[in-house]
Amino acid sequence: MPLNIVVCAKQVVDPETPASAFRIDPEAKRVLPAAGIPPVVNGFDENAVEAALQLKESVGADVTVVSVGSGFVMDVMKKPLSMGADNLILVDDPAVEELDAFATANALAEAIRKIGEFDLVLCGRQASDWDNSMVPLGVAELLGLPCVTLAQKIDVEDDGIVVQRALTDGYEVVKAPLPAVVTVSNELGEPRYPTLRGIMMAGRKSPTVWSASELDLDEASLSPKLSLEDLYVPVSDQQCEFIEGEDEVEAGRNLALKLREARLI
Amino acid sequence: MPGILVFGEMNQGELASVTGELIAVARTLSVETGDEVEVALQSDSVGDAAEECISLGADKAYRVESALLSEPQIDAHLEAFTQVVSQTQPSIVLIGRTPIGRDVGPRLAFRLGVAVAQDCVEVSIDSDSGRVVATRPVYGGNALSRVSFAGDDTQVVLVRPKAFEALEPDAGRSGEVEDFPISLDESAIKARLVETVTQQAEGVRLEDATIVISGGRGLGGPEPFDELRSLSDALGGALGASRAACDAGWIDHSHQVGLTGKTITPDLYITVGISGASQHMAGCSASKNIVAINRDEDANIFKSATYGVVGDWNRVLPSFIETVRELRDS
Ligand SMILES: Cc1cc2nc3c(=O)[nH]c(=O)nc-3n(C[C@H](O)[C@H](O)[C@H](O)COP(=O)(O)OP(=O)(O)OC[C@H]3O[C@@H](n4cnc5c(N)ncnc54)[C@H](O)[C@@H]3O)c2cc1C
Ligand SMILES: Nc1ncnc2c1ncn2[C@@H]1O[C@H](COP(=O)(O)O)[C@@H](O)[C@H]1O
Repeated sequence: MPLNIVVCAKQVVDPETPASAFRIDPEAKRVLPAAGIPPVVNGFDENAVEAALQLKESVGADVTVVSVGSGFVMDVMKKPLSMGADNLILVDDPAVEELDAFATANALAEAIRKIGEFDLVLCGRQASDWDNSMVPLGVAELLGLPCVTLAQKIDVEDDGIVVQRALTDGYEVVKAPLPAVVTVSNELGEPRYPTLRGIMMAGRKSPTVWSASELDLDEASLSPKLSLEDLYVPVSDQQCEFIEGEDEVEAGRNLALKLREARLI
Repeated sequence: MPGILVFGEMNQGELASVTGELIAVARTLSVETGDEVEVALQSDSVGDAAEECISLGADKAYRVESALLSEPQIDAHLEAFTQVVSQTQPSIVLIGRTPIGRDVGPRLAFRLGVAVAQDCVEVSIDSDSGRVVATRPVYGGNALSRVSFAGDDTQVVLVRPKAFEALEPDAGRSGEVEDFPISLDESAIKARLVETVTQQAEGVRLEDATIVISGGRGLGGPEPFDELRSLSDALGGALGASRAACDAGWIDHSHQVGLTGKTITPDLYITVGISGASQHMAGCSASKNIVAINRDEDANIFKSATYGVVGDWNRVLPSFIETVRELRDS
């Protein structure tokens, strides 16, 4: 029996947008997409897709990617399909744009219930927009499942999973029964590149699109719990003193002398 | 009277430093709210850590003891803490964004159906509403957001470790230490911690180092890290890296500095071939002095640097290291 894996993936502003191109609309309290820089699938969600595809190869799996939002860029959101995922479900509705973690977890949990059969829900460790790392814990709580965060390795054994949970100084080994929610970290390894064949196959697939009203969601479950008062770019008044020299070799020497003068070394 | 409840953490029988930081935050908030500062210490054996919490500024420390709490089993700690919160009905819950707190905090909030503010670096009380207002970095540190709690539910606040300083311990402070009975059995634990594997680099811990030398993608491969290592050894510092260098496999992830790596607070932070992406700066912006060697004069790192050299590290670094050695030996 292949595993049914659901991967939750979010479309986000490219986190590699250079700081100089990063703009905020302070009135709307929103980040403005930088001109010419398309959104991306959240990086850790690509790691989650990679984890799912590795399980597909090792034990067999049917991989369904689900995303909640609006204004999806199809070329972007189809990337998991071109990497090798089987299905893509987009909950595409202005009503679910810019939800907070609570509401997003509610919407995702309902979408996963609607999908029906699943053994494993894989998420990214955090979405690189609000850096919350909360939605997967909410999904797990709403579905009454265990949640293991920060996976760098996932193995399926007997009727459960064994997860290496990345810590900053090593890792924990955690065993959980299925079904379970697991969040994946970049330590799992680089996500694979889509193959040409994968891209062509993905091109022929169309995503299943659901509106918010097709999910069992009431207004309370979509209303925000926290109010956002302010969103702003921090200002720094740091001035860098550039150390020079005849050439780079001398600049290196002068830097050392400068640090000694400043009593830093 | 409702309290401000701190999720206390212990490491190998010792009170974790983050708990002292949270007590200090709670003390500040209590000036506005008039609430008591309470700490729930969850362990198989709390010992003197309870009294330590009092000396660090808590009014009350609960000993929440169970054999199932001996290790950072998240499910067990979550269940125990939920019971403490349900019985004490605090107005504010403070939790550190630690390996265990980062899971317990949001899950507790979802379980109670209340709001949670993540990764806060500033926390205060709005004088009109009496509710918490918190500031936190978002978008990888590119932006700050300020959020407020509405309604009158319990407010769950996750606090970034090292963003606040603990109070000086004062044995003269008075407070109560109480046993807090809970009912906890194996059935609470679904995801079971079976092993912890520590990969701690030798020498000074990155988080404690007063000098850190980091390398990034600009180094081009693993070999130059040997030079950085010898430099950090010579200076009694620790070796760090950007995520790009770790992901490339040039150096172990335990060296990663940044949003999803370690937070460092050295007096001197020297970066070589690191562009200074906001997610990297998130882990090092509290450094007292940042020094950057980068060949791109427009690199973001120079915006945060005290001193910088624009140049190729292949040429800058050898003379820098040599001079550092000469200065040290003279
Ligand atoms: C959610 C999220 C979390 C993240 N967490 C972290 C984190 O914790 N830590 C982290 O570091 N990153 C993190 N990142 C990644 C971050 O966005 C950057 O991609 C990363 O920090 C870049 O690493 P770098 O500076 O080494 O590489 P680059 O950005 O590629 O910079 C390399 C630099 O080297 C310079 N250079 C090249 N050759 C030379 C030479 N010969 N001499 C001198 N200079 C040279 C270049 O001018 C350039 O500035 C995260 C990203 C996301 C989305
Ligand atoms: N709108 C969304 N659609 C699909 N998955 C999401 C969404 N928001 C969050 N997630 C998942 O939850 C993870 C953590 O998100 P967050 O809690 O927002 O940091 C992400 O990496 C995704 O896997």
